[in-house]
Amino acid sequence: MIGYTVRRLLQVIPVFLGTTFLIFTVVFALPGDPIDAMGGGRQHVSESVKNELRQRYNLEDPIVVQYGKYMVNLAQGDLGQDFQGREVSSIIAKNWPTSIALGLTAWVIQILIGIPLGIWAALRRGRLPDKFVAVLTTLAFAVPVFVVGYVAQILLGVEWGWFPVAGVKAGWPTAFILPASVLAIMGLAATARLTRTSLIENLNTDYVRTATAKGISRSRVVMNHALRNSLIPVVTFLGIEFGALMGGAIIIEGIFNLPGLGNEIFKAIGAQNGPTVVGISTLLVIVFLLVNLIVDLLYAYLDPRIRHA
Amino acid sequence: MSGADNPSPLATKVDAGAARKAGPVTETPLLAIRDLVVAFQADGHETVAVRNVSFTILEGQTVALVGESGSGKSTTAAAINRLLAENGRIMGGTVLFEGRDLARASQRELMKVRGAGIGLVPQDPSSNLNPVIRIGDQIAEVLIAHGRAKGKAAKLRAIELLEMVGITDAARRYRQYPHEFSGGMRQRVLIAIGLACRPKLLIADEPTSALDVTVQRTVLDQLDELTRQMGTAVLLITHNLALAAERADQILVMNRGEIVEAGNTREILENPQHEYTRKLLEAAPSLASASTAHQVVANNTARGSSAQAGGVGVAVPADGPSATGSLPPAGVRGDDLVVVKDLTKIFNSRGVGGKVFTAVDGVSFSIPRGQTVSLVGESGSGKSTTANLILGLETVSAGSIAFDGTQLTTLRRRELFRLRRRMQPVFQNPYASLDPRFTIEDTITEPFRVHNLGTPASRRESVRTLLDQVALPSTVAKRLPHELSGGQRQRVAIARALALSPELVVLDEAVSALDVLVQAQILELLAGLQRDLGLSYLFISHDLAVVRMISHSLHVMQAGRIVESGTPGEIFRNPQVEYTKELLAAIPGAGLSAVSAMGSAE
Amino acid sequence: MLESTFDTGAHPTTAQLAGAASTAPGDGPSPGRPATGFARMIRRPRFWLPAGVIALLVMISLFPGPFASLFGNGDPRACDLANSGGEPSVGHPFGFDVQGCDLYANVIYGATPSITIGIVVTVSAMLLAIILGLLSGYYGGWFDTILGRITDVFYGFPFMVAAIVILTAIGVRNIATVCITLAVFSWPTMTRIMRSSVMSAKNMEYVRAAKALGASDWRILVIHILPNAIAPLVVLSSLSIGGIIAGEAGLTYLGVGLQPPSISWGLQLNTAQSYFNSNPHLLLYPSLFLSVTVLAFVLLGDAVRDALDPKLRK
Repeated sequence: MIGYTVRRLLQVIPVFLGTTFLIFTVVFALPGDPIDAMGGGRQHVSESVKNELRQRYNLEDPIVVQYGKYMVNLAQGDLGQDFQGREVSSIIAKNWPTSIALGLTAWVIQILIGIPLGIWAALRRGRLPDKFVAVLTTLAFAVPVFVVGYVAQILLGVEWGWFPVAGVKAGWPTAFILPASVLAIMGLAATARLTRTSLIENLNTDYVRTATAKGISRSRVVMNHALRNSLIPVVTFLGIEFGALMGGAIIIEGIFNLPGLGNEIFKAIGAQNGPTVVGISTLLVIVFLLVNLIVDLLYAYLDPRIRHA
Repeated sequence: MSGADNPSPLATKVDAGAARKAGPVTETPLLAIRDLVVAFQADGHETVAVRNVSFTILEGQTVALVGESGSGKSTTAAAINRLLAENGRIMGGTVLFEGRDLARASQRELMKVRGAGIGLVPQDPSSNLNPVIRIGDQIAEVLIAHGRAKGKAAKLRAIELLEMVGITDAARRYRQYPHEFSGGMRQRVLIAIGLACRPKLLIADEPTSALDVTVQRTVLDQLDELTRQMGTAVLLITHNLALAAERADQILVMNRGEIVEAGNTREILENPQHEYTRKLLEAAPSLASASTAHQVVANNTARGSSAQAGGVGVAVPADGPSATGSLPPAGVRGDDLVVVKDLTKIFNSRGVGGKVFTAVDGVSFSIPRGQTVSLVGESGSGKSTTANLILGLETVSAGSIAFDGTQLTTLRRRELFRLRRRMQPVFQNPYASLDPRFTIEDTITEPFRVHNLGTPASRRESVRTLLDQVALPSTVAKRLPHELSGGQRQRVAIARALALSPELVVLDEAVSALDVLVQAQILELLAGLQRDLGLSYLFISHDLAVVRMISHSLHVMQAGRIVESGTPGEIFRNPQVEYTKELLAAIPGAGLSAVSAMGSAE
Repeated sequence: MLESTFDTGAHPTTAQLAGAASTAPGDGPSPGRPATGFARMIRRPRFWLPAGVIALLVMISLFPGPFASLFGNGDPRACDLANSGGEPSVGHPFGFDVQGCDLYANVIYGATPSITIGIVVTVSAMLLAIILGLLSGYYGGWFDTILGRITDVFYGFPFMVAAIVILTAIGVRNIATVCITLAVFSWPTMTRIMRSSVMSAKNMEYVRAAKALGASDWRILVIHILPNAIAPLVVLSSLSIGGIIAGEAGLTYLGVGLQPPSISWGLQLNTAQSYFNSNPHLLLYPSLFLSVTVLAFVLLGDAVRDALDPKLRK
C-alpha cells in the first residue's frame, strides 16, 4: 500500500507540471497587451510606468523563465499579485468559501438522491420505477444546465418566491439550495445510472448467487454482498465529482450571482487579468489532482485486490 | 429419448419411496424430484431446458448427474434450491426435500432450507467468493444466518471449518481476502461454506472443473471424506463420466434436458443400456482410452497401409502394451522436423524493480516428422509459452529452435515470414480463435491473402477442399462463426491451419474446451489428417488421458522444465518421477479403467 | 467545474456510463439466443425514433431554407423592430425576437451550427482516438506511457475554464475555433476507451493466429483489431454528441462561443434570459429545440450501446 501511494504520488508530479505549464502558456498568450488593458479608465499611463509593471510581472522574460519563477514562488505559497495589485491568494480566500459551500451542497444532494434512485431502479429492473428513473436521468442529460438554472430561478425564485432569487445574503443553506440543486442535476443523473448498472451487474454475479444459497435474506444479500461491490465505481465517480465541484461553477454562479471562484475567474478572463486566471486555475488543478489521488487510494482501500497488488 | 426410453427404475424408486411412507425412516428419500420441468424465457421465446426429470437421493448417498454442456444438469441442480437465473422458471413437477415441496415453497421457507438443509459448492472458485469480504466472514455468515453461532463463537467455528477443509494457519487465513487464496484453496473455502451447517444434502456443481488435475483430486478426496463423516448426501454435477464413476453410488446420465439412463455406477459402467451412455463411455478418454486407442490403431493400420505405400509417414497413436510394440515406421526416415535445445524464456515485469519470471527453463526435445509429441503439465508449467516460442509469437531468451535445420532464433523477418507457412497453430478456445466478423470462407482464405497465394477462384476451390478435409459441408463457407457449434469452429480453425499445407501443427489445448463426444471426434480427425498428410503435431495439454490417446511421445513439464519424457506406454506403465505419478493418479477414474475396459470388451 | 459535465465527452461521466450497460447484462442460460446487433437494433422504436429525429435535424441543418419557409416567412434576417418580442401569429408560429425577426426561422437556422459542431467535433475526435488508441493499445511501450501522461494532463484541466481561456486566446470565435476547442477536450476520453478495448482485442486467439500466419501489423490492426475493438468508442461517441452540442450552447451562452451575426441556439438563449419575464417564448423555443436535439442523441447513444454492448456479445 505504501509503495502504491508513493508510485501514485510520483505520477502526479509530471501531470501537475504539464497541466500548469499549459495553462500558463495559454493564458499569457492571450492577445493584446494586458498592461495596456489594465489601464482601464486611466488613459494616460506613461511608458516608463508600463515598463516597470512589465518588469514586475516578468512579462519581458521568455515564457519558460516566467513559468519557472512562478513555480518557485508557488512552492513558497505565493500566488503573486494580479494586474490591479491585489494578492491572488486573498482573492481566492475571499471567493472560495462560496464555491465550496455551493459545491458541497450539490455533492451531498447527488449522493442522497442519486444513489437511492439507482438502487431503486436496479432492484425493480425493467419495471415502472426503473423506467421512471431512466426517463428522469435522460432528461437531466438532455436539458442544458443554464436553461434549467434560469427557469428555476424565474419560477421558484421570482414567481413563487420559494427561494432567494440571487446572491448569498440569506446565507447557507437558504441561499444555496436552489443553485446547488441545479448544479447537482447532471451528476445526480450520472450517479443514479452508474449505481443502477453497477448494482445490476453485481446482482448477477456468482458470489451473490452463492450468498443466496447460504440462506441469508434477500436484503442482506443486496446490502452486504451486491451493494458493497457495486458502490466501488460509484465512490470513484463521486470522488472525481467532488474535485470538480470544489472549483466553482461558472454558469450557475453567474445565473444566481454567487461571488464564487467561477464568477471571479470568468471576470478575470474577460479582463485579461492573467495572474488571477493562472492562480485560480493552478489551484483548481491542485485540488483536482489531490482529489484524484485520494480517490485512487480510497479505491485501493475499498477493493482489497488493488490494495495487495 | 422419448418418454418410453426413460428408464423405469427411477420412477419405480420414487413410487416405492412414496408407497413405503410407513416403512423404516431410512428408506424415505431425502430428496425426491418428480417430473421436473424448467424453462427459460428469452426474447419472448420459452425454451424448455429440463424435461420431466425424476430421481431420488437417499440419506448419505452420492448421486452423480452427468451430461455435456447444455444437457440441463446445472439447471436441474439450480432448480432444487431455486437458484435459477431470473429468466428461468419451474414449469411443473415437485422437488420434495425432507417431505417439503421446494418448487412451491415461499422465499422464507427457502431461506431456512438453503445453507442449513441443502449446501452448495459452486463451480468456479474464482467468481463465487465475494472479493471484498474477508474469507472468514464469508464462512461465519452462514452460521450466523441459521443461528448456529454468534459473534466470537461464529468466528471460532469458522476457523475450525477452515482447518477442517485442510487450510493451515486458519486463524491468520480467516482475515485474508479471496484473491490471496489459490484456486484450490478457494474451492476448499467454498466447501467449508457449503458444509458449515452440516446440511443433509450437498449440491456440488462441477466443483473441481476449474482446477488443475492434481488439485482436483485432493479437493475431491477432502469433499468425500467430510461428507462421509457427516453423513451428508451429495448430488455431484459433472461433465466427466469417469469422475462420476469414481465418486458416486448412483449415476444419472442427462442429455438434452432429459435423464436418459440411471442406475448403479457399476451397472452403468459395465452394462450401459442407452446408446448415448455407451457413446459417452467410449469417448471418455480416461475411462476408455485403452479400448478407443486400440480401435484407432486398428483403423490406422487398416487404412494406413495405403498411405504408407504412398511414401507418407504413417501416424499411429501408440498406446497400451500392444501398440508400443508396433511403433510406427514414421521414424524410418529418422529425421526430426523440429529440434529444441535448452530453450529458455524469461519475462521481466514492467517498471523499476520488476520481478523476473522464468517461464521456460532449459527445455530440450525434438519432434520427428509425422509424429505427435506432447507437452503435458498443469497451469503455469510453461507448456504454452514453449508453443508460442516455437511459433515465433514470443522472443526466445536463450537456447535454440531448429526447424528442418533452420535456426528460428536468428531468422530475419522475411525469412521467418516464409517459414511460418510450414508451421501453424490451433488454439484452445473455439469461441475466440475465429474473428467474429469474418465468414468461414474469409477465415480459411486469410492465409492465402497474407501470403499472396492463388487467385480468388483457386482460393474458393481450396476452401471447399479444406472444409471437406475437416468434414464440414461446403455450405458453412458463407456463415459467421457464431452460427457454428464449438466443435465446428474448431474444425474451421484446423482448416485454416492446414490451408498453407504446413508440416507442423501446434495444437495448444486444442480439444480442452470441447465436450467429450466432440473431443473424441476432433481427436479422430486429427489422427486421420496426420495419417493422410504426414503432419507432425506438437500437442499441448493438461489432460494426460487425452495425451495418451494421441501421442507418440510425451514430455511432462513442471515449473518450466521437462521432468520426464517417454512414450505414453512407458510413462503410464512405469512413471519415474513423483510428479508424474501424482498426475497419473489424479486422472479421474484412473482406478476404474480396468473395470471399464472389461466392460467395453464384452 | 461542474459545467464540465456539459461536455459529456470530456468528462468521466459518459465514459463510465458508456462502459456500463444500462440494460440487463446477465441474460442467464438462454439457449438459442439470437445474435444481438445491428439488424435487431434497427427494428426497435428505441432506435428509429431518435434516429428519425436526428435525420430530420440533419436535413434541417443542411437545408434550413425550405424548412424555415414552411410558414411563409423564411428569412431569419428580415426583421421589423415594430414586431419586437411579438406574440405568435399567423405565419409566425413562434412569434418574434427582440429585434423583431421571425423566431421560427431563427430557431430553424440555429440548428446548423449546433449539428455541425456536434458531428464535426465527434468525428474528428473519434478519428484521432482510433489512431492513437490503436497505436498505444497495440504497441504499448514508451508511446503508450507518454500518451497516458498527456491524457492525464487534459483530464487535469478544468474544462470550462480552459475552454474559455482558449477561446479568449484565439480571439476569433466561429464554428471552426469552437470545434477545435471542444475537440481538444473530447479526444482523451475517447482515446482511453479505444486503447483499453484494443488491449483486450489484441490478446484474442484469432489475433495470435493471424500473427502466426505472418500477417503484418497493419493487417492485424486494420482488419482484425479495429472492427472488433471499435464498438465501445462508437457507443461513447454517439452518447457524447449531445454533450458536445450542449457544451457549445453553454460556451456561446457565456459569450465566448459563437458571436452575432451568427445564428445559434446558444446566442438566442443568451439574449432571451434578459427578456424572460416579458417574453418567455424567447427562451422556450430555442431551449426546446436544443433539448430535443441533445435528447435524441443521448437516446440514440443508449440504443447503440444496448446493441453493441460487449457484455452482451459473449
